[in-house]
Amino acid sequence: MRRITPLVALSISGVMLLAACGQDVAAPSDSSSSSAGTATSAGPAKDGGTITVRGCTAQNPLIPSDTNEVCGGNVLDAVTAKLVHYNSDTAAPELDVAQSIETTDNQHFTVKLNPGYKFSDGTEVKAKNFVDGWNWAAYGPNAQQNAYFFEPIAGYTDVQCGDADCKVKPKAKTMSGLKVVDDHTFTISTSEKVSNLKVRLGYTAFAPLPDSFLANPTDKKWEKFPIGAGPFTISQNTATQIVLKKNPNYSGKVKPHVDEVDYKIYNDAGPAYNDVVANNLDVSDLIPTDQLTNDQWKNDLPNRWGIRQSGVTQTITASSKDKQLANQDLIKALSMDIDRATITKQIFAGSRTPADGWVSPVVDGYKKGQCGQWCTYDKTKAKAMYDKAGGYKGTLTIAVNGDGDHKAWSQAVCNGWKNDLGLNCQLKVAPDFKTLRDQVTKRELMGFFRTGWQMDYPSIENFLTPLYATGASSNDGDYSNKAFDAKLQQAAAAPDDAQANKLYQEAEALLAQDMPAIPLWTVSTPYAWSTKVTNVKLTPFGTIDLTAISVK
Amino acid sequence: MLKYVIRRLLQMIPVIIGATFILFCLVFALPGDPTAGRCGERPCPPAYVAAFRAEYHLDQPLLAQYGIYMSKLLRGDLGVNFYGNTVISELAIRYPVTIRLALIAVLVEIFVGISAGVVAGVCKGRFVDYLILVSSLVVISIPIFVIGSLAQLVFGMKLGWFPVTAGDGSWGQLVLPGFVLGALSVAYVARLTRANLIDNQHADYVRTAKAKGLSSFRIVTIHTLRNSLIPVITFIGYDFGALMGGAIVTERIFNINGIGNFIFRSISQRDGVSVVGAVTCLVLVYLLANLLVDLLYGVLDPRISHD
Repeated sequence: MRRITPLVALSISGVMLLAACGQDVAAPSDSSSSSAGTATSAGPAKDGGTITVRGCTAQNPLIPSDTNEVCGGNVLDAVTAKLVHYNSDTAAPELDVAQSIETTDNQHFTVKLNPGYKFSDGTEVKAKNFVDGWNWAAYGPNAQQNAYFFEPIAGYTDVQCGDADCKVKPKAKTMSGLKVVDDHTFTISTSEKVSNLKVRLGYTAFAPLPDSFLANPTDKKWEKFPIGAGPFTISQNTATQIVLKKNPNYSGKVKPHVDEVDYKIYNDAGPAYNDVVANNLDVSDLIPTDQLTNDQWKNDLPNRWGIRQSGVTQTITASSKDKQLANQDLIKALSMDIDRATITKQIFAGSRTPADGWVSPVVDGYKKGQCGQWCTYDKTKAKAMYDKAGGYKGTLTIAVNGDGDHKAWSQAVCNGWKNDLGLNCQLKVAPDFKTLRDQVTKRELMGFFRTGWQMDYPSIENFLTPLYATGASSNDGDYSNKAFDAKLQQAAAAPDDAQANKLYQEAEALLAQDMPAIPLWTVSTPYAWSTKVTNVKLTPFGTIDLTAISVK
Repeated sequence: MLKYVIRRLLQMIPVIIGATFILFCLVFALPGDPTAGRCGERPCPPAYVAAFRAEYHLDQPLLAQYGIYMSKLLRGDLGVNFYGNTVISELAIRYPVTIRLALIAVLVEIFVGISAGVVAGVCKGRFVDYLILVSSLVVISIPIFVIGSLAQLVFGMKLGWFPVTAGDGSWGQLVLPGFVLGALSVAYVARLTRANLIDNQHADYVRTAKAKGLSSFRIVTIHTLRNSLIPVITFIGYDFGALMGGAIVTERIFNINGIGNFIFRSISQRDGVSVVGAVTCLVLVYLLANLLVDLLYGVLDPRISHD
């Protein structure tokens, strides 16, 4: 549940804050949802062998509840198994450690585990590994980054610190909403109705923790060599590489083909790309922007490239401090005057798709054309509407971070506004992503600022609630609409997915009236591989599917 | 001599204290909270921020932070960085790589640069001289990232003579980056050597040596070159010191896990502990390299005395 900087990932800063969600998913025989330079060959994949994959330096200890950036997250995902995992093609949640997750009212859930599911250290995954693990992760004084994932569970507030410095200890040590029934059964009660809890449970933060960790959570060894029930284990973790080996005790269905995955640490996209071209590296999911323009990379890598739409949306958000931008008609006029098709084609060389709403097309519940005419380029209509709305006095700024490839598109948007609408527009470039986020969080900016979102779990809800619900943690534009909040609540209480999605879509339609953020485009991730490997694909999260890939 | 060395070593103490203090102030006075952006575009949970700030003493005033840091430094502890690793262990991984790279670069400078300079100096005004002068001018005027990327493309990717990147940092992998890194200084060394050699060829002692009937080869190698090398050694010593600070551009092109890459990453992550630790080490290395250069003067020119 975090906003991201997909382009920072391409930047020299190496700050990679993409989400790290599920990828431990079985390989279906056809991959239809991605376009690729080659048809992935059918036929049985060969087992065994070692592959090398581009990696980056993990920023946090490798504890499921403490890692939410892609570098450590990719590794953790391969190492852990969750109650559900996401299908690597459709992103649909499928049962993994769980045998069943049942509820009648979307508020009380009974989880039954598959008996005999083992951690890589040989101990069995039991109900207490989930319940105790989640309680540890949510407990305030443990200061886990991903603690807020447990927010829906009843009793979450009781395990939080009384103040910021945690001088006032929490009222309780465990959440009242979690109860162990027997070794293979536990129940979850949520404080409010949550229709998509099952989808959320596939996020890494919900991974079970083994007894050895719970007995000694401060063990420094764990931070480098976590133990999970996933298809891989970590055999080596140094500054230059992380080596994953097949987990001999793996009990799940999504068995990998390769025996070993070596994450080689690269600080930049360029060297990794060059190594793939020279066949020194097997897979890279980071292609330098200069190679994408003019399709240079497709020439360098005949039949060795692919591009996959991932659950990332890019928007610009109007500052809540800028009173002029409280005028919704003005925002709509500005949105109508963004030539999304040309920008995505010329600046992003097809690695972006014009957005037609606030939700990524990869998730269940996506509805076409939610933004409607406001996201369709029409400069005459835009001009008329802009004049009617009274225009923008003074200089309108768009704030972006200078360490991603954000200057080109924001300049294009700015120039479009200048030329078509005749307003004064200027870029405000923050030196890096951290600085921009600091300014956004402290509400220091005027005008527009760049925002982006990578889904945590594949649900339409994840693109709405954390971003636009009143007071939500990533509601950077301080949007508040009672009707919208009410729709979200109804949707969360809906008895089935179809109804929930319908209500969420109705909520999204309300955004088109208020325009809390201007949708720009959704992100596709280009990737490339060596001649040594086959069946390389990305998951809807834009991460490499380590279980599908095999050595030729 | 010994007295001189001791005096110089003692002089380093105030320099290091001053340097660390300035560094510390600069790094920790930088705008930008290290926890901002650490949790993506969502603000970090307050409990996480509080724990993080307490762990790295960010909740205390700057002077107190400096005091804590210095007391640790005196015990040889450079602290724990924001990635949860000790700075010493991070440096221990990267320093050998940077040293290997710097050594290759300096060897290239010495062998290629000095030989080219000697040839140009001896053949002054002839075709070889102009060839060396022009080619060194070309090398000086091309930015290192162009040389690096080009070398990587041609020798690594197209011809396959060298590894494309040097992630492991072994000698074999570092040869190409070492040549790239040395290329710029080779040009300077060649020009310096040439100019000094030509100057010295008119010196009295050369005329004497000629009168004694020494062969011109002997005159150049034993007499002239030795006296011409003093400015060259100064340059190479200075360059070695600079190279020990890591070559950020070259290290990034070839994905070398050296000091330069480490400092760059630490700065962009606002990882102040790493920056101060690494740069303190650099200051030390730089001072020692300078001392070494000063001592070498005495060896080359006995008139320079350190007593």
